[in-house]
Amino acid sequence: MGKKMGMWFFLFTEILFFGGMFLLYSIYRYKYSQDFHSGAAEENIILGTVNTVILLTSSLMIALAIAAVKKGKNILSSQLQLATILMGVAFLVIKYFEWTAKIDMGIYPNSPVLLKLAKGEILFFGLYYVMTGLHGLHVLVGVVVISFMLYFTRRETINLENYARLENTGLYWHFVDIVWIYLYPLFYLVT
Amino acid sequence: MTLRNETPVAAGFYERTGKYRWIIAEWMMSTDHKRIGVMYLMALLSFFSVGVVLGFTIRLSLLSPGWLVGQQTYNELFTLHGIIQIFLFIIPGIPVAFGNIFLPILIGAQDVAFPRINRLSWWLYVTGAVIVLLSIFIKGSPPDTGWTFYAPYSIRTPANISIAVMGVFVLGFSSILTGLNFVTTIHRLRAPGMSWFRMPAFPWTLYATGWVQMLATPVLAITLLFIFLGRFFGVGFFDPTKGGDPILYEHLFWMYSHPAVYIMVLPAMGIISEIVPVFSRRSLFGYVAVCMSALGIAVVGYAVWGHHMFTSGMSDTARVIFSFVSFLVAVPSGVKIFNWVSTLYKGSIETDAPLLFALSFIFLFSIGGLTGLIIGSLAPNLHLHGTYFIVGHFHYVMFGGAGFAIIAGLHYWFPKITGRMYSEKFAKIGWLNLFVGFNILYFSMFILGFQGMPRRYFDYPPQYHTNHVISTMGSWFLAIGLIIIFANLIRSIFKGEKAPANPWGGKTLEWTLPSPPSHENFREIPVITRGPYPYEEEARL
Repeated sequence: MGKKMGMWFFLFTEILFFGGMFLLYSIYRYKYSQDFHSGAAEENIILGTVNTVILLTSSLMIALAIAAVKKGKNILSSQLQLATILMGVAFLVIKYFEWTAKIDMGIYPNSPVLLKLAKGEILFFGLYYVMTGLHGLHVLVGVVVISFMLYFTRRETINLENYARLENTGLYWHFVDIVWIYLYPLFYLVT
Repeated sequence: MTLRNETPVAAGFYERTGKYRWIIAEWMMSTDHKRIGVMYLMALLSFFSVGVVLGFTIRLSLLSPGWLVGQQTYNELFTLHGIIQIFLFIIPGIPVAFGNIFLPILIGAQDVAFPRINRLSWWLYVTGAVIVLLSIFIKGSPPDTGWTFYAPYSIRTPANISIAVMGVFVLGFSSILTGLNFVTTIHRLRAPGMSWFRMPAFPWTLYATGWVQMLATPVLAITLLFIFLGRFFGVGFFDPTKGGDPILYEHLFWMYSHPAVYIMVLPAMGIISEIVPVFSRRSLFGYVAVCMSALGIAVVGYAVWGHHMFTSGMSDTARVIFSFVSFLVAVPSGVKIFNWVSTLYKGSIETDAPLLFALSFIFLFSIGGLTGLIIGSLAPNLHLHGTYFIVGHFHYVMFGGAGFAIIAGLHYWFPKITGRMYSEKFAKIGWLNLFVGFNILYFSMFILGFQGMPRRYFDYPPQYHTNHVISTMGSWFLAIGLIIIFANLIRSIFKGEKAPANPWGGKTLEWTLPSPPSHENFREIPVITRGPYPYEEEARL
């Protein structure tokens, strides 16, 4: 019972960690709203939307995986966890293509192309890389953790009586999902 | 030397478990909260000594600028003094050392809620400390930005900022995990009958501190990460040439670092709240108010960070609000001061060393707090900002407050931790030197600051010379005091008399256990039927 409480506390700290970035975003958007507008026009809204759908569905998968374990269906649960992992990986792969496309255009922190843009756009893309980068890092961590959970579920050390670890992993994954739900409009829909 | 002193004290939690061949491995792999606490304590005190030596060198250099160190070295000295004393010693300080050793015992638990996470935060602390130290010894020059890493200088200087910042980042994780662990422990592992208001005051302050650690440290982590990203990838959030704003760095930094002041001071107040009742044989006056004021400080402490930046550029409205809230935070601190003094009133006072240090805390912290009001008001702040007055103020609060509380706790719990008694005579001699030296050293800084001497300057005009010399002479007394205190304690670990279970007549749970306690703390979990300081109730029976 203490485990779940500890996880919630950990998620509070994560909110504050991302909160620092959201604070910078809101201040700079207030200061340079026109530049943020034109910066967001450069984003690939299709890939962003696909990623949103993928991540939301993966959140559903892990929720179902927890429900399955609670009913004693370990095989089903591990299949659902595998689906979550694959979706997490798909998210990262799409993100990779998005980033490389931008880098090919010469838009990355401190690049000569970027430094010629308006100041607000420099900040917009700086925030874009930092925020989606740190979010991506969290997705990567989540994928690794869920892989361990998959292993534990297969070994049945996660089972009907003992599934706090899986539940906590689910909480973490939902958190990662929620952060993305905020990032998506802030970077793709503000135009 | 008598034969009695040669025999080893009952081993308690020091006893080898036999799981590992090497004693270092056994301790590093241990999840026993007491062992982790003892390791923390040794590490903290080692860093404290390094920090003191650096500070001592700064003072020596100021006797006659240039005779001892050059200007760049001087900048590096005060930066490292700050980084070590703040991030390696006093922020982790009381929670990780005394909190680890005594929190589970004080609430009647066998360990913290997550013993393995506790060990992880110890490892992270060691890793972070090693990384910070690397920034000194690795190729290139040590950090020279001051402990605050203000942008944009911290992004441009060629010194090893990235490494130091990464070290502090890792230390932050250690701090977050400790806070999380303690808050969960207090929620979940209190012994049967140990209701919130039967908990001693020290766990209460650790609870408030734990929340501050969890809710403030991540902001520092992300801010330092921005410095790192700025240096490595040229992300310019704080760089005006790229549209960024250096003032935002100050905001984010102080949004953490002001609450961090309470991470340092709150548990110190907890230690004082334990010591004062025991040595005056009275229950803690206004116990509920003392506990609640800890939460009050933690909450209000979030909304005062702007008072570090009154001269940095802020609207008048913001400055007035920040100044007002800064005054508010003095109220719960005042509640504590008055309650400690009222506890002493009509008490049966034993002036043993722990109480002397605790009384010094009350005195020095009051001066620190009252001078805080002077610089928290807008008009005087314009004159005093960035002067030695600030240096004097925060040394009174940090060293006179948290530092003295650590030394007080060290004496108070020394018998419980080591199973030996220290020499009362040398403790008192050391205390006198420390106390007198402290006031000479830092009070002259108030005068220097009032006269306009800016902090962090390598050189100064001749009119400041006298006070600088007085201040430096104070540092000699202070150093002698510290040497006597620590020599006494170290000697007593080996040669001290064997300590009984309860040498001070304390009523809290740690004194019901043998000195030192065993691995599992309690044979059976105690059932609590009374408050933490039942001196009057027992006298009436």
